[in-house]
Amino acid sequence: MYALVDCNNFYASCERVFNPSLRQKPIAILSNNDGCVISMSDEAKALGLPFGAPIFKWEAFCKKNNIKVLSSNYPLYGDMSSRVMSILQQFSPDVEVYSIDEAFLEFKGFEAYNFDDYGTQIRKRILKWTGIPTSVGIAPTKALSKVANKIARKFPNETKGVYIIDSEEKRLKALKWILLGDVWGIGRGLQKQLAEKGCKKAFDFTQLSDDWVRKNFSITEWKLKKDLEGISKITLDEVKSKKAIATTRSFENTFSDIENIKERISTFATSCAEKLRKQESSCYMIIVILSSDRHKKDLEQHRVSKTVKLSYPTDSTLTICKYAVKAATSIFKKGIEYKRAGVIVTGLVPTYNHQLNIFEQENPKHKPLMLAIDGINEKYKDYKIKLGNQDLERTWKMRQERLSPRYTTNINDILKVK
Amino acid sequence: MLLHTSKTLTFFTPEFADYSGAIFFDTGISAGFPSPAEDFKEERLSLDNILVKNKLATFYARVSGQSMIDAGLDDNDLLVIDRSLEPEHNRIAVCFLDGEFTVKRLRVEKDGVWLQPENSKYQPIKITEENDFVIWGIVTNVIKKV
Repeated sequence: MYALVDCNNFYASCERVFNPSLRQKPIAILSNNDGCVISMSDEAKALGLPFGAPIFKWEAFCKKNNIKVLSSNYPLYGDMSSRVMSILQQFSPDVEVYSIDEAFLEFKGFEAYNFDDYGTQIRKRILKWTGIPTSVGIAPTKALSKVANKIARKFPNETKGVYIIDSEEKRLKALKWILLGDVWGIGRGLQKQLAEKGCKKAFDFTQLSDDWVRKNFSITEWKLKKDLEGISKITLDEVKSKKAIATTRSFENTFSDIENIKERISTFATSCAEKLRKQESSCYMIIVILSSDRHKKDLEQHRVSKTVKLSYPTDSTLTICKYAVKAATSIFKKGIEYKRAGVIVTGLVPTYNHQLNIFEQENPKHKPLMLAIDGINEKYKDYKIKLGNQDLERTWKMRQERLSPRYTTNINDILKVK
Repeated sequence: MLLHTSKTLTFFTPEFADYSGAIFFDTGISAGFPSPAEDFKEERLSLDNILVKNKLATFYARVSGQSMIDAGLDDNDLLVIDRSLEPEHNRIAVCFLDGEFTVKRLRVEKDGVWLQPENSKYQPIKITEENDFVIWGIVTNVIKKV
C-alpha cells in the first residue's frame, strides 16, 4: 500500500501556527519579490481570489475582503516542512518527499495494519507536533493514493482527513468521481487528446485498451493507467540529491549596464556555491542566463545563456563567481534592458569522492577560505562577508514588505509570550 | 581509463591495483601503545540532547513580562517548548488566548480550566467558552542569562 500525505494550504498553515489569530481568516501568500499570489487559505479561495493573481491588480480586492496578504517566508516553511517529513519517516522507512508539502509513503509488510487507524495517527501526530493540518490518502498504488488524497481533502467532514481505497468498489467509485484533469500526471495536452476520445473521468481513461494507450502515448501514460487500475507500476523514487542548483531572480528595475549585471551574477553565483557546499557537492558546469523583460514587447528582446564547462569540479565561491561573471560579460549586449538573470550549477559530483584530475585541480587554498567564510556568515547571518564585486549595501533586495518573522530559524525572531 | 584527448596527446589515468586483503588500522600502528582512553570514549555532553527530548516538536519562545517570576520565568528568559507533550494539571504551558501568546501554569479544576500566574500581583484567568483559547505547547525548560 502507498500513502500520499499532503499538507493543507501549507504556507498559510505555517503562518497560522505562529499567528493563531489568522485561523479561519483568508490569507494569501505572495511569490518572491511580492509579485503574485502563490498560495491561499481555503477562505481566500472561496472569496474568488485567483491563483497567480498579480497583487498590484488585486490589492484593492484583498483590502475590501479583509484578506491578509503576506510575503513568502521560506526559512519558516522550509523548517516546518523538514519537521513534517521527519515525522513521516517514523511511520515508514520508505518515504519519497515529493514536494515541500507532500510525500509518498510505501507500506511494505504492513498488511496486518488497520490503515484507517494508521492514517489517523499520522495526521494527528503531525498536527499535534507541528500544528500543520494534513490530508492522507491510502491505496494500493501511488496514482490511486493521490486520488484518495483528493477525496480526503475535498470531504474533510466525512473522511476526517483520511481516505482509503482498499476495495474494487471504492476504486471504481473514486475513478468515476474524479475528473481526468485532476488526476496526477495528466497535463492539459493529454487531457485534451483523451477528451477527444470521450474521456471525462479517470474511469473512462482506464477503459481504453492497453494497446491503444501504448501506441498513442508513451510508457508513462501506460504506467499511469495500470496504476489507476490498481496494478502498481509507478514506484517510489528514492531520495536523490539535487541534480542542479539554480538561483535566478527578476530585478526590481531593469539594468542596461554591465556593472550591475556583474554584481547580480556574483551574488547569485555565491548563493549557488554556498548551496553546493551545504550538500557537499561540487559542480563541473556553470550556466549563466540573462533575459530582457518579456512583457515589454516594444523593447528589443534578448534572452541568452552560456554554459561553462570546468576541467575540475569545484565548490569554491571564487572560482564559480569568476567563470559566471566571465560568461555573463561575454553574452551581455549593449542597449538591452535586462530584467532577469540567473546562475545554474550542474554536473554535480560528491565533493569528497570524485575522480581526481592530475593536471588541474581546485586551488587548495580555497577550501579553508570557504570554510571560514561559511562559518562567519553562519554565525552573524545576513552575509557579512562578500566578494568585492557584490554590492555591500544589498543583501537580496528581494521585495518582502509583508514578511512574517523567522520564528524557528532566527533567535531574534522567536515568539514572545507574556 | 581515458581522461582527456587533445590534438596531439591522449591522457589516461592509471587503473588502480586491487586492494582486497589490506587491513585498515583505525588507531594507527606507527609506534608505542594505542591510547588507553580509546576503549572508554563517550560522547561529549550536549545541551541540545539534555534540553530537547523531541526535536521535531520543539520550539523556542522568549518571556516578556513578570507574570511568572515566582516559577523562575523572568523577563527575557528563553523557553523550551515541546508541542508533543500532553497538557496536564500543574504543567506550565504556552497558550494562545484572545489574540495573544501567554505563558501560565495550567490548573484543571472541577469548575474548568484556569491559567495561573506565578506572581501575587496577577489574577488567575478562567477559560470560558467565549475565549479564543489554544494550548500551544508545554514548557519543559527555561534558559536564563546570569
